[in-house]
Amino acid sequence: MAALYTGKEVDTAVISKLYPTRSHTGAAQGGIGAALGNLEEDHWEWHAFDTVKGGDYLSDQDVVEVMCKDAIDIVYELEHMGLPFDRTSEGRISQRRFGGHTNNKTKKAVMRTCNAADRTGHMILQTLYQQCIKNNVNFFDEFQVVDLIFEEGECRGVVAYEILTGELHVFHAKGVMIATGGWGRVWSVTSNALTLTGDLNAILLRNGYPMEDMEFFQFHPTGLHKLGILITEAVRGEGGVLINSEGERFMNRYAPTVKDLASRDVVSRAIYLELQAGKGINGERYVHLDITPETVNHYFKEDDARAVDGKLRSITAEYVQEKLEDISDFCETYLGIEPTKDPIPVHPTAHYAMGGIPTDVDSRVFSDENNTILSGLYSAGECACISVHGANRLGSNSLLDLVVFGKRGGHVMVQEVKEKEFGKIDAQKAIDKVQAEFDAILNSKGQNSPNEIREEMQILMTDKVSVFRTKEGMQESVAKLRKLKERFKSIKVSDTSKCFNLELLEAWEVGCMLDLALVTAKSALARQESRGAHAREDYTERDDANWLKHTIAFLNSDGSITLKYKPVTVTKYKPQKRVY
Amino acid sequence: MKKRTLKIKRFNPTKDKKPYWQEFVVEAEDTDRILDALNHIKWYVDGSLTMRRSCAHGICGSDAMCINGKNLLACKALFKEVGDDVTIEPLAGLPVIRDLVVDMEPFMEHYRTVLPYFISETPPPSYGERLQSIEERKIFDDTTKCILCAACTTSCPSFWARGEYIGPSAIVQAHRFIFDSRDDGAAARLDILGNADGVWRCRTIYNCTNACPRGIEVTKAVGEVKKEILFSTL
Repeated sequence: MAALYTGKEVDTAVISKLYPTRSHTGAAQGGIGAALGNLEEDHWEWHAFDTVKGGDYLSDQDVVEVMCKDAIDIVYELEHMGLPFDRTSEGRISQRRFGGHTNNKTKKAVMRTCNAADRTGHMILQTLYQQCIKNNVNFFDEFQVVDLIFEEGECRGVVAYEILTGELHVFHAKGVMIATGGWGRVWSVTSNALTLTGDLNAILLRNGYPMEDMEFFQFHPTGLHKLGILITEAVRGEGGVLINSEGERFMNRYAPTVKDLASRDVVSRAIYLELQAGKGINGERYVHLDITPETVNHYFKEDDARAVDGKLRSITAEYVQEKLEDISDFCETYLGIEPTKDPIPVHPTAHYAMGGIPTDVDSRVFSDENNTILSGLYSAGECACISVHGANRLGSNSLLDLVVFGKRGGHVMVQEVKEKEFGKIDAQKAIDKVQAEFDAILNSKGQNSPNEIREEMQILMTDKVSVFRTKEGMQESVAKLRKLKERFKSIKVSDTSKCFNLELLEAWEVGCMLDLALVTAKSALARQESRGAHAREDYTERDDANWLKHTIAFLNSDGSITLKYKPVTVTKYKPQKRVY
Repeated sequence: MKKRTLKIKRFNPTKDKKPYWQEFVVEAEDTDRILDALNHIKWYVDGSLTMRRSCAHGICGSDAMCINGKNLLACKALFKEVGDDVTIEPLAGLPVIRDLVVDMEPFMEHYRTVLPYFISETPPPSYGERLQSIEERKIFDDTTKCILCAACTTSCPSFWARGEYIGPSAIVQAHRFIFDSRDDGAAARLDILGNADGVWRCRTIYNCTNACPRGIEVTKAVGEVKKEILFSTL
């Protein structure tokens, strides 16, 4: 989105380790939130309140208001770019219910999520890429960014590794926008792509710049059993319910008003507690997500769920097939089941980083806890932390975040780089630094497998730093991660080819993830409360008196971590108890 | 867990003069993906084995390859479907870079020629969306699913015979806009697709439809574009 805006005005290069259409935005299913009110009454202020409440009051409310207000125009803008949204009977953009999005008066779920079947992210990614082609934006596909260039406290470019040739290139720039997504691969069960390894976040940490709120990582309640593949919240938006081994719709107990459409942290914890209570299906660690018309219509009747026209809601198998085509395909491909006939086995899966690179409302990066602007650097999307999502993101706010703040960042970049000359850089020095890092991996005499290290890290983080956390578990994680980092110093990589040496790059990515895992565990250990996605068994309540603040974590050159804090911006939504 | 044999076509331009076959034996469940086995080999047996992959669930289009003679996404192909003895080669018709990685540029070049973006000559409403009926939206729904994996184009004999042929994927991309009631670029696209290396090289072999991991009726879409060209010239 940013490139589309800068590309029209100034020389722009999009540098990506993948072909751009392979990016994980394409895997987002459910939709993009905006209070268009196409099907029922809605207001952006309601959207803002829901976002703040969903974030357990850790969101900065000024930026939430900007996002929810901008949402309406940006969805129309996407439509004007040709994005093929589903339509209402009046020909307007179709909207559906999603977790945590409510009518603020009735407290019931509201139809706010604009969707294109269950492949909205795919459509957004394709549409933006198409528009970039139309506007002749330059793409450097399969160039992996491996360092940022800082001189005189300013970001002046990037170093990228050309995967095809193994050559390092310097891109000298007046402005750099980081939009690299998340790092779900730090955990063993995740909805994230194999390439989501948080490279740029780790690079910033290593260059002395902080990450914000890293302890807040979202576990999506409904990942496909064992695989972790995302089963969209839209399944529950269309009426799907979660069922335990006793055949009970257990969300009744955890969220009496919105039930299965409570926010994700609440639902993930509920599933986890059901599993702990031995109520997993067949004694295993999963529950059922049931979208069979028989079950759904039964609960519509029980809830007296009404459609906009006042009639009792009901669904048919054909409707489910049409609205949830891709997830039907996943279930058939990987589990051999048909969601219109059989319930889907699900459990929580590592999904989304609420934390990341601290930024302002125009996507400028902050270099410290005092909000000092880091000149020349911008960031938007999952890798950034503005922070709109606070301690827990609402479904359909991620696609919104990336287009709203991608656009705002793009606008500001154009203005700022136009007024600027190129700053001096030492390109050779920048290349030598990275070359030394790669040579150290290639020439290492060590015998440790980076893949074993990655796997141990992933299992450790899933066991100890996931849906529920304890002091002991996190202390153990920090200690073990430090040992893994030691072992990583003597790894072995067998491939020395220049051409498509993905073994080398994957090994380097393991190093990035170790840094992010460590910062996550340390940030989580320090926060002595439960808030949003950060739930502790030893501090079970939210503690606004002491912890209504953002964590700002620095990785020091000796490998230690310094934690600082900054206040949360509260405008009109005073923190209150969170009940769904 | 069961023993499976993967016979993989290998080629590293820095040391091999020509491609060769190498066999690996791995333990895998019936429900494991071919990609799981390839990752296992790469991570624990032979780190030099090279393939593209990302999302691992059939959405990003990175890992299309020829598995037992059929173009599939390695992350959507399970052992229970492809059997215990699996032969894996890179996609045909595109230059091999290394092992299972092919040069996607010729493919992307064809994609770019069909004006694969929304073209409108009428300004949008000053506030709100352009209207489109459910029926109008449905006409091009199938072709919006394309993930540019190249499985269709590289299974097409017409493309193998002549790389200049624009190929089914680019036609699918064009179809998505030609049949969008909001778009005004159909005439220009039909012009491009009506030339010698356009739709008429399609011989209705249906390999593309069989290969599409997204279940797009590719041959049908190509047929609809052909028909549109005919009607537009009448």
